[in-house]
Amino acid sequence: MPVRRTDKTPMPVQGAQARAHNFLEVNDGYSIAHAAFEAERCLRCQHPVCVDGCPVHIPIRDFIHEVAAGHMAGAARILRSANPLPAICGRVCPQESQCEAECSMGGRFDPVAIGHLERYVADWERTQPLAIESAITETQKIAIIGAGPSGLVCAGELARLGYPVTIYEALHAPGGVLRYGIPEFRLPKAILDWEIDILKAKGVEIVCNVIIGKTLTLDDLTGKLGYAAVFIGTGAGLPQFLGIPGENLNGVYSANEFLTRINLMRAYDFPNTDTPVRVGKRVAVIGAGNTAMDAVRTALRMGADEAMIVYRRSDEEMSARVEEYHHAIEEGVTFHWLTSPLEVIDDGGGWAAGLRCQRMQLGEPDASGRRRPVPIPDSEFVLPVDNVVLAIGTTPNPLLTRTTSGLATTAKGCLLADDATGLTSKTMVFAGGDAVTGAATVILAAGAGKRAAHAIDAALRANGRDYSTTEASF
Amino acid sequence: MTRILDARQLTPVTKLFRLEAPLIAASARPGQFVMLRVREGGERIPITIADYDRAAGTITIVVQEAGATTRRVCALESGDSLLDVAGPLGSEIDLPPVGHICGVGGGFGSAALLCFMRERSALGDKTTTILGARTRELIILADELARVSGAVEICTDDGSAGFRGLVTGRLARLIAGEGSGRPDAVVAIGPMAMMRAVAETTRPHGIRTLVSMDPLMVDGTGMCGGCRVTVGGQARFACVDGPCFDAHEVDFDTAMRRSKAYVREEKIASDRAGCASGRSGGHASQAH
Ligand SMILES: Cc1cc2nc3c(=O)[nH]c(=O)nc-3n(C[C@H](O)[C@H](O)[C@H](O)COP(=O)(O)OP(=O)(O)OC[C@H]3O[C@@H](n4cnc5c(N)ncnc54)[C@H](O)[C@@H]3O)c2cc1C
Ligand SMILES: Cc1cc2nc3c(=O)[nH]c(=O)nc-3n(C[C@H](O)[C@H](O)[C@H](O)COP(=O)(O)OP(=O)(O)OC[C@H]3O[C@@H](n4cnc5c(N)ncnc54)[C@H](O)[C@@H]3O)c2cc1C
Ligand code: SF4
Ligand code: SF4
Ligand code: FES
Repeated sequence: MPVRRTDKTPMPVQGAQARAHNFLEVNDGYSIAHAAFEAERCLRCQHPVCVDGCPVHIPIRDFIHEVAAGHMAGAARILRSANPLPAICGRVCPQESQCEAECSMGGRFDPVAIGHLERYVADWERTQPLAIESAITETQKIAIIGAGPSGLVCAGELARLGYPVTIYEALHAPGGVLRYGIPEFRLPKAILDWEIDILKAKGVEIVCNVIIGKTLTLDDLTGKLGYAAVFIGTGAGLPQFLGIPGENLNGVYSANEFLTRINLMRAYDFPNTDTPVRVGKRVAVIGAGNTAMDAVRTALRMGADEAMIVYRRSDEEMSARVEEYHHAIEEGVTFHWLTSPLEVIDDGGGWAAGLRCQRMQLGEPDASGRRRPVPIPDSEFVLPVDNVVLAIGTTPNPLLTRTTSGLATTAKGCLLADDATGLTSKTMVFAGGDAVTGAATVILAAGAGKRAAHAIDAALRANGRDYSTTEASF
Repeated sequence: MTRILDARQLTPVTKLFRLEAPLIAASARPGQFVMLRVREGGERIPITIADYDRAAGTITIVVQEAGATTRRVCALESGDSLLDVAGPLGSEIDLPPVGHICGVGGGFGSAALLCFMRERSALGDKTTTILGARTRELIILADELARVSGAVEICTDDGSAGFRGLVTGRLARLIAGEGSGRPDAVVAIGPMAMMRAVAETTRPHGIRTLVSMDPLMVDGTGMCGGCRVTVGGQARFACVDGPCFDAHEVDFDTAMRRSKAYVREEKIASDRAGCASGRSGGHASQAH
């Protein structure tokens, strides 16, 4: 193998030319030889600092040790004990700012490819026959609102603890952002489906097409339906718009709409499927987070000749995973940094024809500590485009909070919940994931779901001690 | 899966369905809608809840063939099932008791007035329903609406039933004091051109007017923003904030343009869906 021990073992990938035009996964995954080689790079630190960087504290050293020893079943068991979604997190965690950022190898050399190894073990597990049986032993049932990562993990954990759990999902399929947002080429739906099948095998019931706050209220769940506890994992799915002129022209999408049409509704397979999407020759995506990167690379795959990122700050402030940024460059995405959109221009027939922009420069740091972009005078120009996709952030959907009394939220609409337990301002109602933090990450959502599951278990076990007097501490 | 308990052809292009949907029936309010899907890979389309029966656990919808999905729905019969039905979505029609309410319906919009007019009559409002269509055979639910509103007035373009002319013509006469007299509020549900014409008819008289906007929708839960409608200069999501909005504040030009974004693709999908139950004759009601 032509790699030195100081370098990360490269991930085999599909060629950039080919993959820019298909929806197959970009990363092929390690072979057993890659995995063994990479696992050997781990120093087996006495104080594995990598673990501090992982929001759910996977015993990283120990699972990597099992990989090095060829004990995949052991590695898989360790991983699952801490993270119920390893195949997903191995693929989508921003490792460079979490576990791998802390790794001791990282000082002088490349950090150990923890994410790639996690993915390897989880994918190995997927090839094994799984003997899962429902182990529901408790009688008090629990309702989960939303089938995104936080809800799925909370449900899985509660089922493992023996509780009968029902997940209510508004859409027709479970998965949350993992289904409608993150594209197939980064996270194949087969992996998500496999995780969901495991949950079902554990006895978790998933009821789609039920919108809590509309079909049923939260109080119906705890009241007439008799759930002993509720976990809210409704995410932060409400797209923001810029409010610039021309934003309502045809051909302008929120990233959520663009990605939902293509991922959830499978517009890439139109007309075999019924939902259309109109992708022109030149597509501008505004923003530079994971969502923007997914949208711009999806535009290429939908046939755009030129797909570009337009961002008012510089690449330093970009929040997307580094790997996705590199993949986007390889695939031919173009980047307009320090460029702020002012107006979408009408082609005369109500369709987007261009994006009027102005150049920016970085000024003094703002409240977020990042240098504030300020306009450069007389720097306006027009990018000719057929589509504009807005990926400038999302906030929690107010559907549930509007229809539920007594659920405290922040000014930004995020649910108030106790850090350690997820307990909200309502008795026996817990929450976690993006609905509490605002748009964040899969692993943070999963971690919150898991913590809440244990808090729910503890609360129910303490029931004899009249839990209703316990107050959230905020 | 949601079972169809009854299916009844109302016109060559509209069909009424009663669905077994106890949870939706239990909380539905006038003006709300459901998102439905007919098949795997199918589109999610919004359809208004025309009526509901809480005791029986059923809702009634009326679907008009417009393209691929509505055509597939209209090919279904009693005993068949819809793959997904989610709701009730949107906000209920928000109108305090006013005195005299006039509902104006065109196309499938007439169906949407059914539970609304019944409730307003029960609340003690005086109620008048104006129904419009090109010709007599396209008028739907006139008898049912007659049972739940004080008066029903029918308008046809060709004069084959009721008054000859547009619903707005009749509405103007009511405002002038004819028939059941000037309404204190108007709720118009139908093709966008009709709703806009109603808005223009009531505007000079300062009569509170609501219209039920039907932009393209994807999720129906506030997640995509595709359904945004400009109301009073602000972008509002029809699936959450609406679908009913103040008619005098709605930007109809933008709304009409946005609803035509996929004409080309819709034609392809529609041709593929075939003539399951006869080709749609376009909008079955008058344009304005
Ligand atoms: C395009 C995109 C790319 C991303 N890429 C990454 C990445 O690479 N790495 C990473 O770590 N993170 C990424 N994220 C962020 C990550 O996906 C989210 O942080 C995570 O999914 C949040 O999980 P959640 O369970 O809180 O909510 P969600 O995943 O948003 O799920 C919420 C679910 O609740 C349902 N729901 C909402 N309201 C109701 C209701 N009233 N009743 C019933 N159901 C309801 C929704 O339909 C949805 O299915 C990305 C996000 C997007 C949009
Ligand atoms: C809140 C709401 C309530 C609705 N209630 C009903 C109802 O009770 N009964 C009913 O028959 N229809 C209703 N509609 C319209 C219905 O959703 C559309 O006719 C349907 O989505 C068309 O799908 P299709 O695949 O059959 O046709 P498509 O091929 O998608 O469209 C065919 C034609 O219909 C137009 N069209 C597409 N989508 C819509 C839409 N959302 N609204 C209006 N025109 C559209 C297109 O511009 C095109 O000209 C409602 C729409 C909304 C937003
Ligand atoms: S879950 Fe994420 S942060 Fe934790 S070890 Fe895995 S990749 Fe790293
Ligand atoms: S810090 Fe790096 S080298 Fe040390 S145990 Fe963790 S992965 Fe291995
Ligand atoms: S239909 Fe998606 S936000 Fe309204």
